[in-house]
Amino acid sequence: MRHVLSVLVENEPGVLSRVVGLFSGRGFNIETLNVGPTQEEGLSLMTITTSGDEGIIEQIVKQLRKLVTVVKVVDLTHLHSVEREMVLIKVNAEDAGRAEVLRIVDIFRCKVVDVGHDALTLEITGDQNKIKAIVNLLQRFGIKELARTGTVALRRSMQMD
Amino acid sequence: MEQTGAQILLECLFRENVDAIFGFPGGAVIDIYHHLPSYPALRHYLVRHEQGAIHAADGYARATGRVGVCLVTSGPGATNTVTGIATAYMDSIPVVILTGQVPTPLIGNDAFQEVDIVGISRPCVKHNYLVKDVRDLAWIIKQAFYLARTGRPGPVLVDLPKDILQAKTVPNYPESITMRSYNPHLEPNRRQLRKVAGLLQDCKRPLFYSGGGVISAGASEELTWLSRNLGIPVTSTLMGLGAFPGDDPLWLGMLGMHGTYAANMAVGHTDLLLAVGARFDDRVTGKVSSFAPAAKVVHIDVDPTSIRKNVNVDVPIVADCRLALKGLRDEIMACAEETDWPAKYRPWLEQVQTWQRDHPLQYVFSEEPIKPQFVVEKIYALTKGEAIITTEVGQNQMWAAQFSRFHRPRTFLTSGGLGTMGYGFPAAIGAQVAFPDKLVIDIAGDGSIQMNIQEMATAVSYNIPVKIVILNNGYLGMVRQWQELFYNKNYCATCMHANPDFVKLAEAYGATGFRVTRAGDVEDILKQAFAAPGPVIVDVIVAQEENVYPMVPAGAALTDMLLV
Repeated sequence: MRHVLSVLVENEPGVLSRVVGLFSGRGFNIETLNVGPTQEEGLSLMTITTSGDEGIIEQIVKQLRKLVTVVKVVDLTHLHSVEREMVLIKVNAEDAGRAEVLRIVDIFRCKVVDVGHDALTLEITGDQNKIKAIVNLLQRFGIKELARTGTVALRRSMQMD
Repeated sequence: MEQTGAQILLECLFRENVDAIFGFPGGAVIDIYHHLPSYPALRHYLVRHEQGAIHAADGYARATGRVGVCLVTSGPGATNTVTGIATAYMDSIPVVILTGQVPTPLIGNDAFQEVDIVGISRPCVKHNYLVKDVRDLAWIIKQAFYLARTGRPGPVLVDLPKDILQAKTVPNYPESITMRSYNPHLEPNRRQLRKVAGLLQDCKRPLFYSGGGVISAGASEELTWLSRNLGIPVTSTLMGLGAFPGDDPLWLGMLGMHGTYAANMAVGHTDLLLAVGARFDDRVTGKVSSFAPAAKVVHIDVDPTSIRKNVNVDVPIVADCRLALKGLRDEIMACAEETDWPAKYRPWLEQVQTWQRDHPLQYVFSEEPIKPQFVVEKIYALTKGEAIITTEVGQNQMWAAQFSRFHRPRTFLTSGGLGTMGYGFPAAIGAQVAFPDKLVIDIAGDGSIQMNIQEMATAVSYNIPVKIVILNNGYLGMVRQWQELFYNKNYCATCMHANPDFVKLAEAYGATGFRVTRAGDVEDILKQAFAAPGPVIVDVIVAQEENVYPMVPAGAALTDMLLV
C-alpha cells in the first residue's frame, strides 16, 4: 500500500544522503521524494511516498526517526491531509490537436506556461488522481517531456472522522 | 585565548576524561600529534595498522563501558578503519573515530589522500560529522561523545580537515548537550510492565533470552535478581555472555546456531519468551517461523527499530534495559498474589535440566591431537572467569563461547554481528590498556590471528601483556566445517598452507612463544604463558577436522540440531 511520509529534518549537509541511504541500504522503496526549507530556519521538510506492508512501513518510520538529523516523522496515510503534486508537461499540439489540448487545459484548470509552433507546455497541480487522468488524456497527442515535483502534503487542521 | 583546532580537539578529549587514544599519524593529522605531548593524560598507543586502532578502541570500550577513541589520518588511514567501524556498529559499541581530512579548499578535488569518509562510513555509524568551521569543533566533539554512549550506543566519526585543525579561535566548551532531534526513550511504560507481570502469572514455561543490550545498559544485576527470585532459566546470545553468571543452575548457555541443546529446546518449548536487549538475529533464530513457536514474546530494547524487525512481539517495551528490568522487579514485588514463583515454574525447570543432563556440550578427548574444546576448558579452569577473554571469528569463537564460562559482564569481547576475523587480538590490546593488571587472553585461530598479527609490535613496544592462544588446526575451520557438512568436503581455499612458525614469529617481534602438541602439556604451558611478563603466543596444535556442535543448519528450526 502507498504511504505518504512527512519527514522534518535538520537542514544540514548530508541529511538527504542519510535518508536516501537508509532506503537503499535496507531495500526500501522510494516512489517520490520532495525536499524544501520550512518556515523555521534550519529545518527542511521532506515528503516521501513509499509502499510496503504494515511491517515494512513501521520499520521505515522507526528507522527514519532513529537518524540523528531527523526531527519528526508523520505517516499521513491514515490522517486527513491535503496532497498535491505539480507537473510540467510538454505535449504535441499541432494544428488539428491544438484546440483539443487547450480544451483539456480548460477542463482541468491547468495553465499553459510555454507555447511553441508544434507544442505546448502545461502546468498542472493536483492530487495523484487528477494527474493520472490528465496524463492519460494527453497521451494520445504525444507527450514530449514530463517533469514532476513529487507529492507534497500537509496534515489538515481539522481531523474529523 | 585563541587556540588552534588541534588544541581545541585535544582539550575536548581531555574534558571527556579520555585516557587512551589508539592511533596512527599521517599528513592530515600532524597538527594533532604536534600538540599531543602537551596532554600527558591522553596516552597515545601507536598501532601498526589502522584496523588495529579501531578494534583496540572498541575492545577498550567493551571492557570498560566508556567511549573508545581512535585517531587516524585521511584517505587510506580513514578507509582502513571502516571494517572496525562496522564491527562496532553491529555490536552497538561506543567509539569515537577521529579522521584527518584534506584542507577544506581541496575537498572534492581528488587531492592526495582524500577520501569521502563521511560518505563511506554513513551506513555503519550512529552519526558522523565533517567539521567545516573551527568554531563548531568543540560542540561537535561534545555531541560525538554524547551520541556514542547514550541510547543504543554506537560509533561516531568526526572528519577533521587540516585547515580546520590549524585555524584559530577562542574556544567555548559546552558543558551539556541538548538536541531536538535526538532524545532516546529510556523510561519503561508502566502499563506494559504490568502486562508482563500478568503474563508471568499466567505462564508456565518462561525463559529469559538476553543480549548485548543487557551488558551495555549495565542491567546484569537486575536480570540476575529476576531470574533467581522467580526461578526463570536464562539463555543468551553470543553478545550477552557474561551478563548472567555462567555457573548458576539457571544458566542454560548460549542459544542459536551453535547454542546448547537445552537452550534451543527451551526456546522451542517456552510459553513466555522474555527478550531483553537482544535483536533476534538470524544466527539466533534459525528459521524465524519456528522460533519460540508456542510463546508470547516480550521484547525490551532501547532501540525501537529492533522491535518487530524480525519477529512479532506481544508486549514491546522501548526502554533502557536496566530501568525496564528494575521496573519489572517493582511490579513483581507489588504483585501479592504470587508468593512462591520458583515453585510455580519448578516442573519447567526440571524439564530444562533434563535437557541439560541428556545433551550437555561434549567432545571426545584425545591426548594427541589435542582437542580445541579441551584447551578452552583448561583456560577456564585456570582463570575461573577472572580473565577478560577476546576471540577471533569462527570455530575458535564458538568454542570459546561454549566451553568457557563467564561470570561478569564485559569479560567476553567478541565480534558478534559483523563477525570480523582479526578482531580479537587488537581488542585484547585495548582491554589490557584499560585493565593493566588483569589477565587478557585472545582465543584465536591460525587463520584469524594473521589478519592483525602486525599488532604484536604494538603489544611489545608498550609491553601490553596480552596472551594469545592459537587453536591451530591449519584450516579456516568454520568454512571447512560447512564445506564438510554441506559442500561434499570440497575444501576449496580453506587449508592454510604455509602458516608461519608462530613461536618464531612471537620471538621475532620480541615476545614469547610456546608450542603445545600433547593434551598433557596444555595446563603447564598455559600456566607458564599466563605468568610470563609480556605478550605471549601459545601455538596449540589441535585436531584438524574437529567440528563445532551442536549445529543448527542455516535456515532450519532451532530444535533441529546436529548433535555430533
